[in-house]
Amino acid sequence: MKALVAVKRVVDYNVKVRVKADHTGVETANVKMSMNPFDEIAVEEALRLREAGTVTEVIVVSAGVQQCQETIRTALAMGADRGVLVQTDVELQPLAVAKLLKGVIDKEQPEIVIIGKQAIDDDCNQTGQMVSALLGWSQATFASKVAIGGDGKAEVTREVDGGLETISLKMPLVVTTDLRLNEPRYASLPNIMKAKKKPIVTMTPDELGVDVAPRLVTLKVEEPPKRGGGVKVGSVAELVDKLKNEARVI
Amino acid sequence: MSVLVIAEHDNQTVKAAVLHAVTAAVECAGAAGSDVHMLVAGVNCRAAADSAAKIAGIAKVLLVEDAAYDHGLAENWAPLVVKLAQGGYTHVLAAATTFGKNLMPRVAALLDVMQISDISAVVSADTFVRPIYAGNALATVQSKDAIKIITVRGTAFGPAEATGGSGSVETIEGAGAAGLSEFVRAELSKSERPELTSARVIISGGRGMQSGDNFPILEKVADKLGAAVGASRAAVDAGFVPNDYQVGQTGKIVAPELYIAVGISGAIQHLAGMKDSKVIVAINKDEEAPIFQVADYGLVGDLFKVVPELDEELGKVKS
Repeated sequence: MKALVAVKRVVDYNVKVRVKADHTGVETANVKMSMNPFDEIAVEEALRLREAGTVTEVIVVSAGVQQCQETIRTALAMGADRGVLVQTDVELQPLAVAKLLKGVIDKEQPEIVIIGKQAIDDDCNQTGQMVSALLGWSQATFASKVAIGGDGKAEVTREVDGGLETISLKMPLVVTTDLRLNEPRYASLPNIMKAKKKPIVTMTPDELGVDVAPRLVTLKVEEPPKRGGGVKVGSVAELVDKLKNEARVI
Repeated sequence: MSVLVIAEHDNQTVKAAVLHAVTAAVECAGAAGSDVHMLVAGVNCRAAADSAAKIAGIAKVLLVEDAAYDHGLAENWAPLVVKLAQGGYTHVLAAATTFGKNLMPRVAALLDVMQISDISAVVSADTFVRPIYAGNALATVQSKDAIKIITVRGTAFGPAEATGGSGSVETIEGAGAAGLSEFVRAELSKSERPELTSARVIISGGRGMQSGDNFPILEKVADKLGAAVGASRAAVDAGFVPNDYQVGQTGKIVAPELYIAVGISGAIQHLAGMKDSKVIVAINKDEEAPIFQVADYGLVGDLFKVVPELDEELGKVKS
């Protein structure tokens, strides 16, 4: 069976983002970009399924500007087999991405699709669920363990608010990854070299017949209110005194 | 046209997070003067529906009793919510819990609309504020879709009154099971302490705790303060405590009156989950730790000395 993994190019998680002076968004010029960390976990999971013999091929898909090639290349360096870039300069929102992914999935016919549960830029947490809905497939979000059986079913353990929950799902399946699913590998230098020769096919939203026009209009982006500076206290007694008599929270 | 809130419940009452979503729903309904309805679905959940009808602001509760809706499987729930939404709702809201986050995008895609995730304010019936980049920016977005599918950040809205309302309860038919997924088992953390997302006080431990065996020193303080115990991602990844303790960008978002961060350095991702707390205390041996930049009260010191001392000092104050 084929596995398809979706990866997003985002501002690196170590970057402290700055809101643009004109309030149209955050500054992305000359900022380090990386693969969304949850998508790295998705790539790793697909590779492990291939190494276990469950999956035969790992296809990596990204949607967005031409530079998303670099993100796909990172996944290829980790070990994925080939890439697909749906290239557009239009701002893509999760519903549009889900439709593009469905277009690619219809062509590639994977039996498992793995996606990060959330991108750390827009924090939407939508794309995996939307792809699953559009395909009419089952969905296992926030996965911390994935076990694919030989009976056309998978058992997935999910991180939920109260702890862990395990569900059984019919294949084909969309999985979204949570933090504890695995620890992604680093790409070795030989694999980075090899990845340069792996194929990446580029297509457009038009070729997939998808209208990617945004449905949400961003009116403005602002900085959140800053917290006022605090004080250092010298002792536990002083801390308790302040909490009781100044902040009045205990 | 009305506004619909999707309830999560334990068959008896509606969960606290839903009350915050009701407040957002009432704001959405406000301008148009619409009613707010609530969907309660599951097995043997009549009591939950009755309690939902008492929530201030709820005009009508739709009750569906069908095994398909037990355990919150999105594949079963989504067709039901879609059917209801198409029947005359302008907005459908759920709390941004793992249930709401799992279900609502599936609903949105089936309706061909973009979800508005994790809103922190309602500006007007079609315009909302939502945090992006781990809360380091706030985006004001306007939806062009006919039906607004929304998840609500609980800490940004006060809870609706759980009693005082007098809504009606109407029993309706479900949409049946999709046959795609089944519940197998749950391993839920058991605790006598308050839930993280609704606790008045939280004490959280980070990597500095060194081991899960050391968390009882936090628990002792928690018990004195009636607090919940949380953790940073580092502490959960290291296996000190279960995943449901995690406070942060992709874990639980909390805003208690008092948040005590112990041995937590203060990564952006952790701050995203707690920086709206009213009062923040940081205890850390590294005086350069970023957590001190958001703390109202910082105490530089060895947590293994400071925390037991805090426990003792609180004992004096409380007695």
